[in-house]
Amino acid sequence: MPNFYNEMYSDAATIRPHYDAFAEWLAQQSPDVIQQKRAEAELTFQRVGITFAVYGDDAGKERLIPFDIIPRVINAAEWTRLQAGLVQRVTALNRFLHDVYHDQNILKAGVIPREQILNNAQFRPQMQGVKVPSDIYANIAGVDIVRAGEGEFYVLEDNLRVPSGVSYMLENRKMMMRLFPALFARNRVAPVEHYPDLLLDNLRSASPQDSSDPTVVVLTPGMYNSAYFEHAFLAQQMGVALVQGQDLYVDRDTVYMRTTQGPKRVDVIYRRIDDDYLDPRAFREESTLGVPGLLDAVRAGNVGLANAIGTGVADDKSIYPFVPDMIEFYLGEKPILNNVPTYQCRKKDDLQYTLDNLAQLVVKEVHGAGGYGMLVGPASTKAEVEAFRARLLAHPEGYIAQPTLALSACPTYVDAGVAPRHIDLRPFVLSGKSVTMVPGGLTRVALQEGSLVVNSSQGGGTKDTWILEN
Amino acid sequence: MLSRTADHLFWMARYTERAENTARMLDVRVQYSLMPQSAQAEQQGWRTMLGVSELNAQFNAKHDTLTQKAVIDFMVRDPDNPSSIVSCLRAARENARAVRGALTTEVWETENTTWLVLQQHLKNRLYEHDPGAFLEWVKYRSHMSRGVTLGTMFQDEAFNFIRLGTFLERADNTARILDVKFRFLASDSIQPATQREFYYLAALLRSVSAFETYRKVYRDAITPTRVAELLILQQKMPRSLMACLCGVVSNLQDVRNELSHETERLAQELYAQLGSMRIEDILEEGLHQFLTRFLRSIEELGNGIGRDFLIPLEPPVQEVEPEPEPELMQTQSQTHTQTRSGTQSQSQTQTQTG
Repeated sequence: MPNFYNEMYSDAATIRPHYDAFAEWLAQQSPDVIQQKRAEAELTFQRVGITFAVYGDDAGKERLIPFDIIPRVINAAEWTRLQAGLVQRVTALNRFLHDVYHDQNILKAGVIPREQILNNAQFRPQMQGVKVPSDIYANIAGVDIVRAGEGEFYVLEDNLRVPSGVSYMLENRKMMMRLFPALFARNRVAPVEHYPDLLLDNLRSASPQDSSDPTVVVLTPGMYNSAYFEHAFLAQQMGVALVQGQDLYVDRDTVYMRTTQGPKRVDVIYRRIDDDYLDPRAFREESTLGVPGLLDAVRAGNVGLANAIGTGVADDKSIYPFVPDMIEFYLGEKPILNNVPTYQCRKKDDLQYTLDNLAQLVVKEVHGAGGYGMLVGPASTKAEVEAFRARLLAHPEGYIAQPTLALSACPTYVDAGVAPRHIDLRPFVLSGKSVTMVPGGLTRVALQEGSLVVNSSQGGGTKDTWILEN
Repeated sequence: MLSRTADHLFWMARYTERAENTARMLDVRVQYSLMPQSAQAEQQGWRTMLGVSELNAQFNAKHDTLTQKAVIDFMVRDPDNPSSIVSCLRAARENARAVRGALTTEVWETENTTWLVLQQHLKNRLYEHDPGAFLEWVKYRSHMSRGVTLGTMFQDEAFNFIRLGTFLERADNTARILDVKFRFLASDSIQPATQREFYYLAALLRSVSAFETYRKVYRDAITPTRVAELLILQQKMPRSLMACLCGVVSNLQDVRNELSHETERLAQELYAQLGSMRIEDILEEGLHQFLTRFLRSIEELGNGIGRDFLIPLEPPVQEVEPEPEPELMQTQSQTHTQTRSGTQSQSQTQTQTG
C-alpha cells in the first residue's frame, strides 16, 4: 500500500491538534482498564442485542459488529466543508430524481445518455409523472465518504435506497459516554442523539395528507433481516409502529394497518424493503414481504414512502460518474466533494484500461452492494485477479473500475495492540422541506491489516465519530 | 396497537410462564425423588409428570428407559419437545425480539439475557450436575421477567396482552397439575391420611409456591380437599384458577374492541361460576370432569382472544369491480373465512415454534 493519511498522527511523533485531548487521556489509561472496558462494551452489546444477521454460511446466526473504542475525530472546519458538500450533492440528486421522473431535462440536454437511464433496471417507469411530497425522493441518504489526504474527501457511493447503520452511530455514542464519561468532559463533542427526532420530523413532512398528526410506520422485512435491530430501534425511538408487509393492506388505494382496534390509516411508510419486494402486484410477484397495491396507493397520492420508489436510478454505480455533472446542471455550482475517477467498463476504452491495470484497480459490480462481488486489485492474488478478469470479460457492462484510493487510517485496537486501520464515513442526510443531518455519521473500520473493505458483512467494525465543536 | 405485535406479546408471556411451570414441576419431582421409595414408584412419578404435558408418547419415541436423567434431558434441553425449557425460552425470546420496540429496554434485556445465560448453562450442563440450582434459576428468570414488566411497562394494551398471556397460561398449567396429581392420588397408589400422602400433597403445594400459604390459610393438617380448594377457589392465591380468571377478565375489559364481546362474556361467566362454587360442588361433579371442562373453556378463551385481537382483520372490502353481484359477495365472504382460519393455523404453529 502507498502511504496513507493517519487521522490521529501527522507524523510518527506528532499528534494532530484535534486528537490532543484524546491522546493525552489515552496515555493515562492503564492497559487493564482499557481491556476491561472493551470487554464491558462487548457484553453490553450482547445483552442489548445489537446484532446483525449474517447471510450465507452461518445463515440465521446473530453476530456482533466489532466496536472499537478509539473514536474517529473530525475537526469543525473540515466538517463544515463536508456538510456543505453533502447538502449540495444530495440536493442535486433529489433534483435529478424529480427530473428523470418528470421532464427529463438532463437527458434532453444530453448530459447523461438517455439509454443509461431508461435501460437501467433501477429506473421505475411506474413513477413517471407521479407527484411525491415536497418533490423529495431520497428522504434519507447514507453517503459513503473516504479521505485520501489533508482536506481531500471522496464520495464512494450515494446510497439512496435503504441505507442502514444509523443505529450503530447512536449506540456507539451511547456506549462511549457510558464507558468513558470523562472523555466527554474534556472534548466538546457535537451531540447526535437527536437523530430520531429529525428523522420523525422528516417522515411527517413526507405525508401527502394535510394532517397535523400523520400516522408514520417503519416497514421491515422482519426479524431475520440483517438490519432488523435498526428497524426496531428506530421505530421505538420515534414512537411509531414497526410493521411487516402482512400488517398492512391497501383498500381503495389507501393503506391501512391491522390493529387490535380494527383498521388504522397509514400516511407515511419509512420502508426498509427494496423496491423489488415492496408490492408483489407491481414488482416481484413472489415477494411475501410487501403490500399488494402499495404502488397504486403511492400513485394516487394517498401514502408517502421514504424513500420514494425508484431512487436506485440515482445511486447506481453506472450513474455515479455523472453526479458532478448533475450538480453543475441543476445548481450551477462546482462540486464541493470529489468523485472518484471511474472507468465504465461498458465503454470500450475504459474496459481496455481496466483490463490492462486490473492489479492496481478496484473493480465493482454496477448493481452490487455490501462489499460483495468486488475486486481490490492490490490486495488480491494473481489467481483472484485472473478469475475476476474472466467475469469482467463475460459481462463488461456490469462493472466499473476505480483507482485504489489510499484510504485514511485511524488507530484501532487489534490483537497485537493499537494499529492503524482503514476507515470510511457514512453521514446520514435527511431531505425534506430542508436538508438536515446530525454532525458526523457512522465510521466503519476494516479490521484486517491493509484491508480496504469496511462492510460489516466482510468483517468490518465501527467507531464512534466525533465532530469537535470550536 | 398492531395485531401482530399483540400476538407476539401474548405468546412471549405464555412461553415465559410455561418455562416456569415446567421448571416448577421438574423441581418438585426432583425433590420428591430424594424420598425413600421403590424404583417403580419413582418411575411412576416421572410418568405422571410427563402426563401433565401430554408428552408420554413423544418421550417414549426417543428414550428406551425412563430415568430421571432422561426425563430431565427431555424436559430441559430437548429442542424437539415444544414444552422443554429450551423450547419455551427460545420462543419467548424470539417473540420478544420480534416486538422489542414495544417493550421497555429492561423487559427486552431481561428476555435476551435469560436466553444468553441459558446457553452457558446448557454448555456447562448445569441441569445435570445440579438440577435444583438450574430449575431455581429458570423460576427466578421468570419472576424477573414478570417483575420488570410490572415495574417498567406503561399500562396500555401492550401490557394487557402480556398479562393476558401470563394468566391464561398459568390457569392452564395449574389446572393440568391438579388434574394429574389428583388422578394419581385417586389411583390408590397413596393411602389417604398417611405420611406419604402428606409428602405428596406438600410437594404439590410447593410446586405452585403454596406450601406456606396453605399453613397460613388453614392452620391445619394438609388434606386433598383443602389443597384443591386453595388452588381452585382461593382468589388471593396467585396461581389459583380464580386468581388467573380474575386477571383474564380485567385485562380483557381493558382491551375491549368491537369483536370481543363474546370472549369477554365467556371469561366473565367462567369467573362468576368459579366464584359461586364451593369445593364440595366441584368434588361432587368429579375433580377430573371439572378440570377437563375448565381446560376446554381456557382453550376456548385463548381461541377467542386470538380471533378477536391477534389475528389480523381482513380488509373490510376486497378490491372488486364497482358493482359486485350478490353471488360474488358470497363467494368472497367464504374466501374471507378461509383466509382467517388459515391465519389461525399459522398462529397455532406459533404455539409450537414461536
